[in-house]
Amino acid sequence: MSSGTATAQARVDGAWPRAREPRTSRPGRRDPLALWRSPRRRRDLWVFLLLAGPNVALIVAFCWRPVVQNLQYSTLEWTLGNRTARFVGLGNFVEFFTGEGGRVLWTTLLFTVFTVGGSMLLGLLLALALNRRLVGTTFARSAVFAPFVLSGVGVGLVWVFIFDPTVGVLSNVLGRLHVHMPQWFLQPGPALAMVCIVFVWKNLGYCAVIYLAGLQSVPGDVLEAAALDGAGSWRRFWRITLPLLSPTTFFLLITTILSSLQSFDLIRIMTPLNPGTTTLMYDVYLQAFGGYNRGGYSSALATVLFVILVAVTLLQVRFLERRVHYS
Amino acid sequence: MTATLPVAGRRAPRGRRLLTDLAGGYLPLVVATLIVALPLVWMVIGSLKTPGEVVTQRLVLFPAHPSLDAYTTASDQIDFRQLFLNSTIVTVVGATIKVLLALTTAYALVFVQFPFKRFIFAVILVALMVPAQVSLIPNYTLIAALGGVNTYWGIILPGLGTAFGTFLLRQQFLSLPKELVEAAEMDGAGHLTRLFRVIVPVSTPTIATVALVTVVNEWNDYLWPLVVTSSARMMTLPVGLTLLRNSEGDVSAYPVLMAGAVVVIVPVLILFAFLQRYIVAGLTQGAVR
Repeated sequence: MSSGTATAQARVDGAWPRAREPRTSRPGRRDPLALWRSPRRRRDLWVFLLLAGPNVALIVAFCWRPVVQNLQYSTLEWTLGNRTARFVGLGNFVEFFTGEGGRVLWTTLLFTVFTVGGSMLLGLLLALALNRRLVGTTFARSAVFAPFVLSGVGVGLVWVFIFDPTVGVLSNVLGRLHVHMPQWFLQPGPALAMVCIVFVWKNLGYCAVIYLAGLQSVPGDVLEAAALDGAGSWRRFWRITLPLLSPTTFFLLITTILSSLQSFDLIRIMTPLNPGTTTLMYDVYLQAFGGYNRGGYSSALATVLFVILVAVTLLQVRFLERRVHYS
Repeated sequence: MTATLPVAGRRAPRGRRLLTDLAGGYLPLVVATLIVALPLVWMVIGSLKTPGEVVTQRLVLFPAHPSLDAYTTASDQIDFRQLFLNSTIVTVVGATIKVLLALTTAYALVFVQFPFKRFIFAVILVALMVPAQVSLIPNYTLIAALGGVNTYWGIILPGLGTAFGTFLLRQQFLSLPKELVEAAEMDGAGHLTRLFRVIVPVSTPTIATVALVTVVNEWNDYLWPLVVTSSARMMTLPVGLTLLRNSEGDVSAYPVLMAGAVVVIVPVLILFAFLQRYIVAGLTQGAVR
């Protein structure tokens, strides 16, 4: 395309632009009005608005607007369902951080560390086991992934049945081995452990499948060369495989942290009112809809959660940019 | 695939290799599969038990007389059929509209000229990162003000804007040869004909991926339906099951709870069993480059 002016460019562009993404938007950037001058382009604008408009409008209305409005709500002392509210500035945040905040954030941290650590570590081990040409690996691969797609509520119910201190199968088996079964649901510590175990059970397959994809891209000849040089399998894993897997590990770390921070259904169904499992996410729900009806306070907690989530996401974006440069 | 073979294993003598295969390969494989499968099997068995068989001190592995009593009891306590119907309506309507919106948006982003395309794509992309929890209260007050509490549209509407599907389909459309669309345009085909007669048929795997992941997510969605429904008649299955658990404190209710778990888990499990390739592809998108 050797067009000098924007209008010439628009005419040349009459058919479909040959170039990929960057160039399609270039004529508009030089002279947005050029598009309005040609009737054909004008029609394209309407077509675009009709085709993409509804989706974008929905995203703005139910995804973007809430973020801003949430900030506004978080400065209010306001009972959900009430018409009136009182402006308290940063009062809600002060109340959270001087009051229950410490405990809630501690619980969130513990939950995140245990679930992320557990599912990634076991996921890696599982991926190593599945990364062999054996009969049945394909089946096992999809089998371990299955829990990831199942309803959290359904999964929670199943595990509550298994973990039940009096009639559950686990307490029964442990009882035969003369191991005392704690009252899972009542004590904070065991309740948290229980929810973490189920979260790991549900997410393990996801980590394994992603790690497996990473393992497949580890070049075999490098490993072979190392083996010829006398490196044992343990050494090869630590020195070659694991470092090469670090992008995968980082990706999993971020996605699992995000999903762990947003975890809701398991906690709600397994230990509804246990302080030991009240994570930040769950507290957002409890404060607004758990009987307190504290809309403003809950919005403040949602804002704290949002800031944490954005920080983690930005980490990922920065890292991904770097990775693009590398490749 | 060959590249992934453990290097040392290839040289090991036959007998030892069989042993390492068994210990290092099949054993973890079997253990992992069992850890996944056993709780689900236990769920199905549990749903066939009678309350008495659950409450006894000794462990009943298999019910003496498997019965569907739990399912009928559950239907008495909560309107199972209605919940299932609600979930199906929300899933089918929500997923259909979402996939259609994703298709048209992705088509517009790739094949239609528009001055601010990059900016609009950014608006959509960032939405991928805004968690539903942050929009909980603002969306609730808006939907409540519009009278959407305890309505189907109130459950469906806020989730309709789809960033995930748009993103995936856009990537797929960008990979298509432009000549395909040009030829259709020469033949005088309008935009919708180009999309549905030319683009859609060659993109079915990606569309299937988007559709399946959307269906699974809609079916499992819990937080928003929980907040926006209060009447038992309008609840979706996951929300209704919570009701079941809350209303029953005693352990004899477990068969009923397991029946509920079966009804909410098994449809997705069947879907997954047949179409897991597409679902896994969609849910692991972005990780594998």
